[in-house]
Order: sequence, then structure tokens, then C-alpha cells
Amino acid sequence: MSWTSFDTWIVVAGALCAVACALPGCFLVLRRMSMMGDAISHAVLPGLAAAFMITGSRTSLAMFIGAAAVGVLTALFTQWISRFGNVDRGAAMGIVFTTLFAIGLLMIRRAAGRVDLDPGCVLYGAIELTPLDTVALGPLEVPRVVVVMGMVLLLNLAMVGLLFKELRLSAFDPGLSDTLGFSSRLLHYLLMTVVAVTTVAAFEAVGSIIVIAMLIVPAGAALLLTHRLVPMLLIACGVAAVSSLMGHWLAIEVPSWFGMEATNSSGMMAVAAGLLFGMAWLFGREGGLVARLGRGARVSKEIDRAPRHGTEREESRPLP
Amino acid sequence: MKTLIRNMSPRGDAAGEDLSGHPSDIPLAVHDLTVAYHRKPVIWDVDLDIPEGKLVGIVGPNGAGKSTLMKACLDLIPKTSGEVAIYGKSYRSQRRMVGYVPQRESVDWDFPVSALDVVAMGTYRQLGWLRPVGRRQKEQAMDALEQVGIGHLAKRQIRQLSGGQQQRVFLARALAQDAKVYFMDEPFAAVDAATEEAIVKLLRTLNERGKTCLVVHHDLATVSSYFDWLVLLNMRVVASGPTKEVFTAANLEKTYGGHLSLIDDALRALRNVVE
Repeated sequence: MSWTSFDTWIVVAGALCAVACALPGCFLVLRRMSMMGDAISHAVLPGLAAAFMITGSRTSLAMFIGAAAVGVLTALFTQWISRFGNVDRGAAMGIVFTTLFAIGLLMIRRAAGRVDLDPGCVLYGAIELTPLDTVALGPLEVPRVVVVMGMVLLLNLAMVGLLFKELRLSAFDPGLSDTLGFSSRLLHYLLMTVVAVTTVAAFEAVGSIIVIAMLIVPAGAALLLTHRLVPMLLIACGVAAVSSLMGHWLAIEVPSWFGMEATNSSGMMAVAAGLLFGMAWLFGREGGLVARLGRGARVSKEIDRAPRHGTEREESRPLP
Repeated sequence: MKTLIRNMSPRGDAAGEDLSGHPSDIPLAVHDLTVAYHRKPVIWDVDLDIPEGKLVGIVGPNGAGKSTLMKACLDLIPKTSGEVAIYGKSYRSQRRMVGYVPQRESVDWDFPVSALDVVAMGTYRQLGWLRPVGRRQKEQAMDALEQVGIGHLAKRQIRQLSGGQQQRVFLARALAQDAKVYFMDEPFAAVDAATEEAIVKLLRTLNERGKTCLVVHHDLATVSSYFDWLVLLNMRVVASGPTKEVFTAANLEKTYGGHLSLIDDALRALRNVVE
């Protein structure tokens, strides 16, 4: 295979999307609302359609505002339905995002002909075409997607950097967060807004599949490898970036083994993330299957050799 | 006059958000507090005045509304009616006076944080928004961990601690908050003897420093040795006052009424105390 600057830009665009998603994704996973990413990434559709119908253009700013509004609405509706309808949170989420997604589809169909918004494009994206749409950044011709995603990534980095302790506190103990004056609800909506904006930005470039995958899978893999929050964020970003590179390479290489043409890169990036998660699950130091089996064998050997009381072992075990 | 208006008004809360009627030297004053879940009252018309510097036990049967009372005082759940004053003002303006130790099951112990991280959360209030945890806050947290006797476990992820150690982490966090009134929701639930001892020691230390501690408690046998003020709660306040005056067979029967075995337990506990 021949690697061109085209491929490099595709990988860079994919990696920027993936890392931008992985950061807020970690907090979604820790708040036990992984499905919220899935929900919001579908629910933003009417926001996009409305923004387009009102402004008549596909400028990023209008799209972002529409998406952010719907992101907050999704969180709000979910809360209302689960509280006043006495419905379980997951079910409430399902009701809200399917309804909003359907409304979005109807709006797009209604505007069909006048509108260049393709539902299929929303799902798969068109990452292979991103290097064609460039903007001049000084002397460099940079794909527009890379610029947009770079900015979104900076935004997410800034949020996590500035509000690190607040996000951690409200995810761990919302009650304490509220009593200390850090409104957990405010932080919840902020996180939802950020997820919505990231989703929309990444959508256009790489489609919703990779967005949903990158919100959750790197965070899940990182959680298997560490039990500290900062390393978790770093590992999640690493997994996200590596799956982008790996995914693109696999998309070109694997089909050629069977004499076929290269397949969809963003789809393969999501698959690569899944593979990395599987590896983390197998070989992880703490929660990994191999480590666990090994530890089991070691412990039973220890017990055979020197039978002691559990409490003593607990005390004598060195601190990690 | 104000009391008169309040007493005359049909819902008892005519004074509304105006809390100027409450003396500012009383850590916790509760008036006509009612809380309902789905229109069913959990606590009803609760009136309480807790004097400063007391170790206060809140005792009552399951479902008596002990936790609900605490959460309503801290604005964690909405009040149906009534008012709560912390040192004479609404809770909102007195947050830094209050430390809260929630029930242990209320958080996810698999969360990727160390014991020290959790304790340092107690200092967030003094930090405010955006400012990161610095060395001073970490030292404060370490100090609090030492005080509850688990300084050597500071770096452990919280899942790797025993139940008692986890409870101590929560108490250390309240210590790091450096509040004047502490609300503790069942700190003695399912802990080992060593931890129970450590908690009692901690309560005494806080008491010596003039802090007020409200503790939801279950074990009637230890009530009179741990607490010098007692609130008996069963949807309403059955009795509130110095433990010596309130901890009587008649009051316990009123509190636990109907649950015969519980009354027996209570009476036995009482007899132990008398002996």
C-alpha cells in the first residue's frame, strides 16, 4: 500500500474527533450514563435541521447552537419524564431520543429537495473526503474538519482542565457537590452541552458511529487499565488516537488481503477501538482476564504454601 | 408576634423565607417541616431546636424519616413546607458552616479516586470554582486521614478499603471541611468494632472543639453513652432534649409503637443503662 498525505490527514481528522469525544466520554462512563452519548448523538438531528431551516446555511456556528440547545433539551426532557412520569431513567432516555430523532428525520424529509442534508451521511460520515475540503492556515493547506475538530478538542481540554475537580466531585458524589455549592445539575447540563457540540462537530466529518464508539469505548478500556482519574483520561485519549490510526490502516489493508477494495475508515476506527478494548480486557493489569487468572493461580499456590488468616494477609500486603 | 403569626397561619409557614425570627446562636432550628414523596408525608410538622456544642443522636424505627430530615435540612430534597435555619440563616448562605457525611452506599466505590482524593473533596468549598487542589489542601486532607487513623492508606483506591475504612474516609472528608455543624447519616452502620471506636473518639474530639454533631443512629444500647442530646423521631418528633430526660421507656414505646420486638429491645437496652 502507499501512504499519502491524504491518509495522514484522514488519520489526523479521525484522531482529533476520537480524542475530543473520549474526554467527555470518560465522565459519561463514570456517571453511569454511557447511553446518554448515544441518545444525544441521535437527538441533535432536529437541532441541526432546525438550524439549517432557519439560517438556510450549513455554517458551523448555527449548527453548534442548534446542537447545544437540543443537547440540553434531551437532558432536561429525560429528567422530566423520569421524574413526573415515574419512568426509569433509561426508558425515559429511550423515549426522548427516538422521538427527537424521528422529528429530525421528518424535518429533513419535509425540507428535502431544498436541503442538502443526507441522513445516510449522518450515520457513516465521509472521512475519506475530508482532505478535499481545505482552508488555508498560514502557509499550510489544512482540511477544514481538522481545524474545526482541533478547536472542539481545545474546548474540551479547557473544560476538563479548568473544571477537573468539579467534574470529578459531581460524578462521584452529587449530594456533596450540591451541599458544597457546586451544582451537580449545572455541571450535568454543561457536560451534556459539550457532548452535543462535540457530537455535531464530529458528525459531519466522521459520522455518528465513530462518535458513539469514541464517547464510550476508550473510557471503558481505560477504566480496565487504571483506577486513577488522570491516567484514565490520558489512556482514553491514547486509545482513541491509536484506534484512529489502526482503523484507517486496517480499512485499507485488510480488504486487500481478500482482493477487495478499501472499506469505510470511520467504521473500521470504531472496530479498532473495540479491538483495543478487548485487549485491555484480556491483558489489563488490574481487571484483565489473564491477570485475574494468574492472580487466582498465585493466590491458591500461596494458600497451599502458607495457610494464614485472611486478616493478617490483608494487613501484611504491601501498599500498591 | 412573629411566632403568633406563624402559629395562626393555616399552613404554619406564613413567615416564608424570612428567617429573622431564628436566633443566630442556634446551630439548627427546624420549624413546621413537612416532606412528602409522591404526596405521602415522610416527616410531618417537625419542630426542632438543637443547642450548640451537643452530640445529638437521631433515633427512630426504619422509615421514620431520619435520613429525609437530614436531606431536607441540607436542601438535597425539596421541602413540602416549613423552614430550616442554620445559625439563624437559610442553609444556602451558611454552607461553609455545615459538614455532611452521607450514607456509605450513596456513592460508587469503584470510582477511580484514592482515599486522599476523596478527603480532599472536603476542602473544595474553601477553594471555590475553577481553582485546583493544591499542596495545602492535600496536607489538610492528609491531616484529616491521620486523625481517623488511616493515614497509611491515603494512596489506595477506595474499593481496596474495608467497609470501616471507607466510613473513616467519609468522616475524614467531613473533618477536612472544617464545619461547625456536622450531619452524619448512619456512620455506625455495618462497621467493625475498631472503626466504631474511632468514630466515637472522633465525635468526642469534635465535641471538645465546640462543634455540633447530628448523628442518625440505630443501636439503642449505645445511645446514652454516645450522645448527650437525643431526638426521637417517627414521622413526627416524639421527643427532643437531653438524653437523660428523653431516653425513657414511655418515649421509646411512643417512637417504636407497634413493633413489639423493637420495644423489647429498647426496654432491654434501657434496663442495661439503668443497671
